[in-house]
Amino acid sequence: MALTIKEVEHVAMLARLSLSQQEKETFAVQLGTILEYASTINQLNTDGVEPLDHILPVFNVFREDQVEPSAPREEILSNGPLIEDGQYRVPKIL
Amino acid sequence: MELYELTLHELLTLHNNKQASSEEIVNSIFKRIHQVEGDVKAFISLDEDTARQKARAADSEKWPGKIAGMPFGLKDIFCTRGLKTTCASRMLENFVPTYDSTAGARLNAAGGVLIGKLNMDEFAMGSSTEQSAFFATHNPWDLTRVPGGSSGGSAAAVSADEVPFALGTDTGGSIRQPAAFCGVVGLRPTYGRVSRWGVIAYASSLDQVGVFSKDVEDCALVMNLIAGRDPRDATSLEVEVPDYTAYLDAGIKGMKIACPREYFGQGVDAGIQEAVKKALQKYEEAGAIVEEVSLPHSQYALPAYYLVATAEASANLARFDGVRYGLRDGQADNVIDMFSNSRSRGFGSEVKRRIMLGTYALSSGYYDAYYLKALKVRRLIYEDFQKVFNEFDLIVAPTTPTTAFKIGEQIGDPLTLYMNDILTVPVNMAGLPGISIPCGLLNGLPVGMQLIGKPFDEGTLIKAAYAYEEISGIRCLKPQQGVI
Amino acid sequence: MGKDYEVVIGLEVHAELKTDSKIFCGCSTAFGAEPNTQVCPVCSGFPGMLPVLNQKVVELAIITGLALNSKIPDYCKFDRKNYFYPDLPKAYQISQFDLPICMGGYLDIEIDGDKKRIGITRAHMEEDAGKLVHQGNITSTTFSLVDLNRSGVPLLEIVSEPDMRSASEARAYLEKLRAILLFAGVSDCKMQEGSLRCDANVSVRPVGETRLGARAEIKNLNSFRSLERAIEFEARRQIEAIEDGEAIIQETRTWDEDKQATRSMRSKEEAHDYRYFPEPDLPPLRISHEWVERLRTVMPELPDQAQIRLQESFGLPSYDAAILTLTPESLAFFDKCVELYPQPKMVSNWMMGELSRLLNQNNLEISDCRFGPAELARLLTLIDEGTISGKMAKGIFEDMFASGKPPDQIIAEKGMTQISDQDTLIKVIDEVIAANPTVVEDYRNGKEKALGFLVGQIMKATKGQANPGVVNTLLKERL
Repeated sequence: MALTIKEVEHVAMLARLSLSQQEKETFAVQLGTILEYASTINQLNTDGVEPLDHILPVFNVFREDQVEPSAPREEILSNGPLIEDGQYRVPKIL
Repeated sequence: MELYELTLHELLTLHNNKQASSEEIVNSIFKRIHQVEGDVKAFISLDEDTARQKARAADSEKWPGKIAGMPFGLKDIFCTRGLKTTCASRMLENFVPTYDSTAGARLNAAGGVLIGKLNMDEFAMGSSTEQSAFFATHNPWDLTRVPGGSSGGSAAAVSADEVPFALGTDTGGSIRQPAAFCGVVGLRPTYGRVSRWGVIAYASSLDQVGVFSKDVEDCALVMNLIAGRDPRDATSLEVEVPDYTAYLDAGIKGMKIACPREYFGQGVDAGIQEAVKKALQKYEEAGAIVEEVSLPHSQYALPAYYLVATAEASANLARFDGVRYGLRDGQADNVIDMFSNSRSRGFGSEVKRRIMLGTYALSSGYYDAYYLKALKVRRLIYEDFQKVFNEFDLIVAPTTPTTAFKIGEQIGDPLTLYMNDILTVPVNMAGLPGISIPCGLLNGLPVGMQLIGKPFDEGTLIKAAYAYEEISGIRCLKPQQGVI
Repeated sequence: MGKDYEVVIGLEVHAELKTDSKIFCGCSTAFGAEPNTQVCPVCSGFPGMLPVLNQKVVELAIITGLALNSKIPDYCKFDRKNYFYPDLPKAYQISQFDLPICMGGYLDIEIDGDKKRIGITRAHMEEDAGKLVHQGNITSTTFSLVDLNRSGVPLLEIVSEPDMRSASEARAYLEKLRAILLFAGVSDCKMQEGSLRCDANVSVRPVGETRLGARAEIKNLNSFRSLERAIEFEARRQIEAIEDGEAIIQETRTWDEDKQATRSMRSKEEAHDYRYFPEPDLPPLRISHEWVERLRTVMPELPDQAQIRLQESFGLPSYDAAILTLTPESLAFFDKCVELYPQPKMVSNWMMGELSRLLNQNNLEISDCRFGPAELARLLTLIDEGTISGKMAKGIFEDMFASGKPPDQIIAEKGMTQISDQDTLIKVIDEVIAANPTVVEDYRNGKEKALGFLVGQIMKATKGQANPGVVNTLLKERL
């Protein structure tokens, strides 16, 4: 079943995507189809099955609390689309 | 015979015997690239000047290492210091990392010479390399067909003799499927075997770096270089790395091979099933024990995969917000519009679709039914494999349900495209190693056979894959003359 | 505040954990560096970068849990909290959602002599975000600048139960929590530098009601004072709204220090949906019993234990003990001073009186004090020895505070030694008697007050250096 345009808009808002009307309509149908297929997993009884959130049999992987040199500022900022006073400039928040 | 036609180990032999210099090898590679690249379109960028410099340095022994002066390619998902890394996306069209991926750095440290960055589906999302924001790559066996994906550029480049080997990544089959389509060897190691550091993430719990090569021996050689713990990747494990070339002995007598019936069912081309069954017969004749088994939850792997992978992707790709790097809408007068417009312009439709899907699967009200349920299914799939591996040394199955399809054939129908991964995603869901090797041709196109191993047992895969090369004589398959 | 309402307060405190390097990379956590000079591709959220957990963060979190009587589960993990903000480089914060490192716990506060136990719900590890500097103020600005130095600084978020019923209880809780974190050595707790931050969840309800009212989450509370003021304001606002028949909506509000008011922070964005899910890049933690016990054995003395010790070993009143144990520095000052001058109540009086007054006046911490406990002990000894009077001591103390000089030096430089020598004093006394015959007469006629005047004259003649006790005895003899 297709998603509603409102649902698509809500998800797009969460994902910070501005979609055209055309995209919204296409996604509504496509996501509906994909989700319907994805829902086949709900045919499976998973009572008592622990979700598998980490596949590796490994725990407690740490680094020591040791300061390492940071990146040179010019280097780390070199990909920044808009830099001012050694900082990333962004338009107003509200 | 041209140098570019040779495998890595053949080139190493020539080089060690002073029969070919690195400069000659690299020159030959670029000659080949300039010959065929117009048709194949495997590379997003070439690093020709630096490569030639390094080759000369290797000849004067200023660029030492185990593969000193040997050319290779990297999927454009591996960050390369000072060299554009685009992930085949408009978003990163001008992104120049200040760091090298660990896997790439290890090849550099071993003296490898990077030739260029290879095409892929944007952010590794796709199975045909048609989702590259820049151009589609063509299958060297039939230029009207896709090379598979997402690491299609890597597979095509190796198949077309543009590089002897290349690295790719495999999240749901992105190494094995294109390897199958292009008739080359493609190994996806165990999750945690090779460092993911410096590799742009698609789905962090599924991504793994792996190798494309012309034959199994090269695959073993490259694995020797890239495998092993990296302190910068907490999920790269401290598990001893064997010398993989020690497994190149073809000794498969008594090896127990499982053949899962679910992988030979509906939707899998009969010709492919037949080719793989013939290969299994050859294994039996060589002394292996082959038995049919069941992996009962196989059909749920793909739907669960698309939920887990896209959920993780929705977070991994959230960082592309136009603030620190990447494409940015410079007109927006507030930050929310700047984020949304930058992302909408920077991402292609498949990437947006998967971000939407993953966001939905994690969102309030749907988390339990989709994401959490998928994690439970993931455990069932993992346990299926565990049970089989209690009794068997490896699993053999087809890599793909079809051979390479036509360019454009599956565009516009995402679900059909996703079905290409149906035989490869279970391995990713279970974190296992898998290798695809060519096992024959069907209507003039390569057929891939997939060998699946126990966690961290890439050695057995290499052993069995090498044995198949030996007993079948199928090794270094080359596209017919005249195609390219 | 209306009589019929009660305020319900819970606090969410973010304490910066005291590490040298960030939680997931090797960048320094030092405060005050130039923007974007303590950053790397990891904490700037560059593509392909991966986090690796700083072990010290986990240990400091466990120590805090032990100090707060929490349960340390044997398994915990990290999760991604997803939201877009320009100061959050990955657009997700690595935090802990359903399996935090500390579960439950409590601390005890004292209000007007009554003890009250405040429950702790949980504490979890997370990374800090960067800093946004708005050009002009947040409503009129056209752009902001992003500094990522703070991005990836380790935090422990400590969430209390909604157990507090007044602004002063909330303050006492925060003071006690701060004291515990300081004593445990897990955080510097500098509110001005942002290493201790506090959000308050405030709701009101009619007395007797057991359900919680809709709450406002108040942010931007940068001092104990703003915490108290903001709670008082918010409670009043909510009660007035209810009395006016309005419904309280659950929302985030910010404390406006200039206007001394809270205001709504509603933005364009709809309700948050953080889409938490397990962080795949970080293997989970298994926290063994042995590890926890090893950390327990190195746990320093905590404020409650210190308070009991001060009361039991030194006989201090609980009020004194509570004040002296607000920071490890003040306790150490006290302990050292008493070692050298074993009259605890006297030391306590001076610390809570003169020292505290001068520190407050100058907005300083005891660690800023220019003299140490040995100097205070010496000053008190000089009083006991009769070298100086108590009154002189106060003056000297102020000099010590201002100059950092030891008391003996100040006394020598100003020639302030007390005169107790009888011959010297008799000479002065006789002169004063001779010069004031009428007053002497008055005294002899029974006017006791006259004596005070004469003593004053003697003190004046000796520039206050005469020992008052000796003067009194001698004067009466001579009269």
